[in-house]
Amino acid sequence: MAVLALVASTGTVAALVYHSPFIRGHRVPKDQPVPFYHEHHVAGLGLDCRYCHWSVEKSSFAGIPPTSVCMTCHSQIYTDVPVLEPVRESWRTGKPIEWVKVHDLADFVYFNHAIHINKGIGCNECHGRVDKMSAMYQDSTLYMRWCLDCHRNPEKFVRPREEVFNMAYEKPANQEEIGRKLVAEYEIGNKVNCSTCHH
Amino acid sequence: MPEDRAQAPSGAAEIAALHAERAAELQRIKGRLAGLGEGKRYWRSLDELAESPEFLEMLHREFPQGASEWSDPVSRRQFLTLMGASLALAGLTGCVKGPKENIYPYIRQPEQIIPGKPLFFASAMTFLGYAEPLLVESHMGRPTKIEGNPDHGSSLGSTSLYAQASILSMYDPDRPRTITHLGEIRPWSEFSAQMAPVLEEQKKQQGSGIRLLTPTVTSPSLAAAIRRMLAVYPQAKWVQFEPAGRDNAREGARRAFGEVVDTVYKFEDADVVLSLDADFMVCGPGAVRHARDFAARRKVRSADPAMNRLYMVEPMPSSTGSLADHRIAMRASDIGAFASAVAAGVGVAGVEAPASLSPRQRRQAEVIARDLAAHKGRSLVIAGEWQPPEVHALAHAINGALGNAGKTVVYLPSAEAQPVNQWTAIKDLAEEMEQDKVQLLVIAGCNPVYDAPADLEFARRMEKVGLRIHLGLLADETAALCQWQIPECHFLESWGDARAHDGTVTLVQPLIAPLFGSKTLIELVALLAGEGAKSNYELVRDYWKSQLNRPDFDQFWAKCIHDGFIPDTASQPKAVTASTDRAAFAPTAPGADGIEVVLRPDPCVFDGRFANNGWLQEVPKPFSKVTWDNTALMSPATAKRLGVQDEDVVEIAVAGRKVTLPVCIQPGHADDSVTVHLGFGRTRAGKVGNKVGVNTYVLRTYEAPWVLTGAAVRKTGKRYALARTQMHWNMEGRNLVRHTDLEHFRKEPDFVKKYDYIPPASITPRHEYRDNSWGMVVDLNACNGCNACVVACNAENNIAIVGKDQVRRGREMHWIRIDQYYEGDPESPSLHTQPVACQHCENAPCEVVCPVAATVHGDEGTNDMVYNRCVGTRFCANNCPYKVRRFNFFQYQDYTTDLLKMARNPDVTVRSRGVIEKCSFCIQRLNAARIDSKLEGRPIRDGEVKTACQAACPPQAIIFGNMNDPESEVAKAKTLGHNYALLTEYNTEPRLTYLGSVRNPNPEFGEA
Repeated sequence: MAVLALVASTGTVAALVYHSPFIRGHRVPKDQPVPFYHEHHVAGLGLDCRYCHWSVEKSSFAGIPPTSVCMTCHSQIYTDVPVLEPVRESWRTGKPIEWVKVHDLADFVYFNHAIHINKGIGCNECHGRVDKMSAMYQDSTLYMRWCLDCHRNPEKFVRPREEVFNMAYEKPANQEEIGRKLVAEYEIGNKVNCSTCHH
Repeated sequence: MPEDRAQAPSGAAEIAALHAERAAELQRIKGRLAGLGEGKRYWRSLDELAESPEFLEMLHREFPQGASEWSDPVSRRQFLTLMGASLALAGLTGCVKGPKENIYPYIRQPEQIIPGKPLFFASAMTFLGYAEPLLVESHMGRPTKIEGNPDHGSSLGSTSLYAQASILSMYDPDRPRTITHLGEIRPWSEFSAQMAPVLEEQKKQQGSGIRLLTPTVTSPSLAAAIRRMLAVYPQAKWVQFEPAGRDNAREGARRAFGEVVDTVYKFEDADVVLSLDADFMVCGPGAVRHARDFAARRKVRSADPAMNRLYMVEPMPSSTGSLADHRIAMRASDIGAFASAVAAGVGVAGVEAPASLSPRQRRQAEVIARDLAAHKGRSLVIAGEWQPPEVHALAHAINGALGNAGKTVVYLPSAEAQPVNQWTAIKDLAEEMEQDKVQLLVIAGCNPVYDAPADLEFARRMEKVGLRIHLGLLADETAALCQWQIPECHFLESWGDARAHDGTVTLVQPLIAPLFGSKTLIELVALLAGEGAKSNYELVRDYWKSQLNRPDFDQFWAKCIHDGFIPDTASQPKAVTASTDRAAFAPTAPGADGIEVVLRPDPCVFDGRFANNGWLQEVPKPFSKVTWDNTALMSPATAKRLGVQDEDVVEIAVAGRKVTLPVCIQPGHADDSVTVHLGFGRTRAGKVGNKVGVNTYVLRTYEAPWVLTGAAVRKTGKRYALARTQMHWNMEGRNLVRHTDLEHFRKEPDFVKKYDYIPPASITPRHEYRDNSWGMVVDLNACNGCNACVVACNAENNIAIVGKDQVRRGREMHWIRIDQYYEGDPESPSLHTQPVACQHCENAPCEVVCPVAATVHGDEGTNDMVYNRCVGTRFCANNCPYKVRRFNFFQYQDYTTDLLKMARNPDVTVRSRGVIEKCSFCIQRLNAARIDSKLEGRPIRDGEVKTACQAACPPQAIIFGNMNDPESEVAKAKTLGHNYALLTEYNTEPRLTYLGSVRNPNPEFGEA
C-alpha cells in the first residue's frame, strides 16, 4: 500500500509540475528584445490587429511585422527612447529583431490562422485580451484537449465574422443558438481528424 | 575493389558442387514453369520461382530477416551509446520548459511573400545541355521542391527523377564553401587579379595556350559569351565533353543527312514503334514529353481502345522495355545487324539483311518490318542514345523509307550552340596537353579526370598544363588536380538559359542567392574575356535585350521569366535530304563471339555526376533493384555458363583493363552480354558518394566507349554483399499484377475481376463521406517504373535515406516502392512494374491493432499516421498485408546539419527514431487545398490537388482525386472494367487501385 501511495503521489506531483504554468509557459510573459506594449498599441492607439499581423486572413502564419512597419511611426515619434534602440538598430543594420515566440506550438502541429479567422473565431478566443496585456503572454493552455473543446463544439465559440478582431467582444447569452446558426452558415466542418493538424 | 564480405567456397570440389546445384535449380525452375499450363505466373526473383527455403522464410516476415534484430555488434554498441546520451537528455527535457524559439521578421517585407505560403517560380535544369523546364516551390526564399513547368512543352508538369533529386544537390553539405588556390582560401577579387597577367600573356600569343572545357552548351547567352571570349583569344579553343553525351546521335544524323540535326518524336501519332535499344521514356532530350505522349497512346479507357504497339530490342531490361508488347533481348553489338535487317525489310535501298543474324532474329525482323510498313507515316523507329552512329543512321533511313519524316519524326536544327564530336574533341585536348600546347586549362562543370576515356590518361596529361582552374559544384577528382578551385553555382542559384528538346529557349531563374559565394560559368567566361564587372544576371539579360531588340523589352522579359521560357523560340522543322552514301548505313560488323561488356550510364547516378546525391543512390535501380552499388548484370544462362551466382565477384578483363564487380543475375538480359553501369567508385564525390561501387570508367577507351567485345569474365571466388530491395516487402504471388492482351481484352474488358475474391459483406460499420473521399488509380499500362515518383516522394515528405547497410536489412524508408514482376521463361520473361504505396484501406488492418490509436481513419477516407502518438510497437506494420509501413529503426533524419534542414518541406513533420511512417496521400497538400477552397467558399476542384508522385510522373500513370465526385478523373477510372484492387480477399477495400495492363502483341509475331 505504501509503495502504491508513494507511486501515486509522485505521479501526481509530476503531473502537477508538468502541467504547471512554469513548465508550459502558460500566462508567463516572455522577455523580448523590445518591451512591446500591446495594450498601448491596441487599446490606447486603436491599431487593428492586422496592421502588424497582416497575413492572418491569408496564411497559416499571422505574420510578425517587418521593422519597416515599426518605423512607420517610430521614425517620427519616440525617435530616441532607449527601449526602441533594437528597432532602430535593426533598421540601421538590416538585421531582424529577434522576437521570442510566445505561442510556441509543438513542431508536429500545423495550425492555420486564415481558416479560423474566416470561420468566425475571434483573436481573443485563443490569445486572450491582448488589448489588456502590457507584456505578451500565452493566455490559453494550448493543450490538444483545449483545441478539441472547440473543434468538437464550435457553436460554443464561433462569433460573427465582423466581430473577429473585436477584442472586447463578449459572448451573448444565447451563444449556442447563434453559434449553431453560424456553424451552418459558415459551413464549419468540425474537423477532428488527427491529420487536420498533424501531418 | 569490392570488399570481401562472406566466405568464399575454397575447394574446386565445392565449386563444382555449387555449379551442379545451380544447374539443378534452373532445371527445377523450368520444370515449374512447364507445369503451370495456361495460368499466368508472375515472379519477382529466381529464388521465388524456385520456391527456395530462403524465399519462403522471407514471405512470412514483416521486415526482412535481420531488419528487426540487433545483429550488427558495432551499430548496437553505437546505438547504446547514443541512446544513453539521448535518454539523459530526454529525462531532462521531459520536465523542463521547451527551448526558446525566436521569430525573425523581415526588415522590409518583400513583395509577394506571404509568410507561411509557398511561392512557385519557373526555372530550368540543364541535363546534357538540354533544358528541363521546372517550377520550383519556395518557402520564404528557400527552395524545397521541384515540379515540372506545366506551360512548357518539354515538361507539361512532369519531371525526371534527376530533376526531382537536384534540390538535394544544392543543399549538399559537401559543396565547397570558398574559392581556394592550392588549398588556401582566396577571394574572387584575388583570383581575377592573379589571372590578369596570365591573360595578358596569353593575349600576346592570341590565347593559343587557353583551353576551355565545358559540358554540352545549348545556352545562347553562354555561347555568345564564349564566342566573345574566343574573339579576344582567337587561337584559344573551346572543348565540350560529356562522358555519356550525344555523340552517337550527332554522328548518326551527320551520316544520314550530312548535317547534325535534333530529332523530335511525335509518339502521339505513332501506331507502331520500334525501339532499337532506346530507353526513350527516360533517356535523351525530351524524354519526359516522349514518355507522356507514348503512354497516352497506351492508356485503355474504353472497351475497344486504339493502342500503339512497341517493339523493344535491347540487351538489358529498361524502364521503357517493361512496357513493350514484344521485347527482344539482344546483345548490344547485334542490334546494328538487326536494324539492317529491318531496314532491308521496309525497303531501304542498298541495305541487306546481314547473314550474321540467326534465323529467328531474321524472322522477327521481317515481322517487325511488315508491321512498320503497314503503318507508313504512322510508325516510328528510334535508336538508343548509346547505340553506334550507324544504328542511328539506319533508324533515320527506315523512318525516311516509311514516310515518317515530317509526321512522327521531326527534324530540327541542333539545339546545341556548337554541335561537335565531343569524343574526338577530348582526345585532341588530351594530345595537345601531352604536346605542351596548353598553358591555361579552364574546366567548368566537367570531371574528365574521372570520366574521360581511360586510355587518354587525362590526369597525367593534365598535370603538364601550367595553370589549371576548376569550376564545379563539388570539389571532385578533377578539382583535386587543379590549382584554383572555384565553387560553381547550382542552377537554383544561377541566372541562365538553355534550349529545351524542341529548341524553346528556357530560362534559368535563381531561387536563392548563391549559398557559398559561388560563381557561374558565364561569369568566369566574362572574366576571361575581360568583361569582369558584369553580374550573372546582367550577362544573361543584356544578351537577350540585344537579341530580342524590342521597345517593350523590360515588360516582355518579366513575362518570360515568369513563364520560364521565351515564347515562339521553338525550332522550325528542318527539311533534310537523306544521304545517298550507302556506306553511311553499312551494317556494323556483327558482334564478335564471346562475351560483350555493355557500358551504360547508371539509371540513378547517371555518369557519376549524382554520386553524392543520397536520394539517387538509394533509389532501387529498375529491375535489378540494386541500391548503393554497380554490378555486372547478366542473364541466368550466362551466369550459369560462367558458373556464378548473385553476389559472386567476377573479374572483367578487356584488353588488359580489369575491374572486379559483383554479379547480379538479371532475367531478361541478353545472353553472352554483361551490362556494367558507369558512375560509381568515385574517390572525391563527397561523403555520400565516395567509395560506393566500382569505377568502371577504367574499362572505357577511346575506341570502345559503349560496347567492349572479347571480354574475359572470370569468377574470382570472392563474394560481395549487395543491397537489393527486390524481395523486400513481398506480398506473395496472389494475382497482384494482372495483364492480358488487347484481343482478349476486347472480349473480356473486366478480365481483372476473375481473380478477385470478394468476401461477404463486412460486419464492421461503414464510414460515411460527406464531401471528399480521396482515391488513387495507378495505370499499369503507363507506369514504366522510372522512379521519378519515388524521388519526388522523398523530397515532398522529408524521407530519410538510410545507407547501404540498412537497406540490406530491409529498412529503406521509401513510402512508394516499385514492385517488379517477371512473367514466363526466365531467359526471356515479359516485364511488369507496379508502384505500391499505402493503399488507404477502407477497412484498414493497421488501424484496429494500434494500441495507442496512432493510425486512424480520416473523415475523407485517408488512413492517417500520427507520428507524435506512435510508440513504435509496429503492430500496424505486422498487420499490413501490403507491407507499406516503414519504421525508423534508428535516428535516420539528420537533425544537426543546417544545410539539410533547409531542404526540408516545412509542411511535413520530420520523423524521429522509433515511429512508423507511410504514404499519407500527401495529406499536407490536401489540407492546404481544403483550406484554400474553404476560404474561397467552393469545393476542391478536380485536379487541384496532385500528390507529389502524381505530379512528377512522366507518363502520367497516377490519377488522384475525389471519388465522391462522379465527374472526377479518378472516379471515372474506378468505373473501368479493368480497375482492380490488391488482395481483395481481406476485404480491406483499398482506395488505391490499379488498371490492369493490356498489351498489344502482333499476332503474326507468334513464337517468332
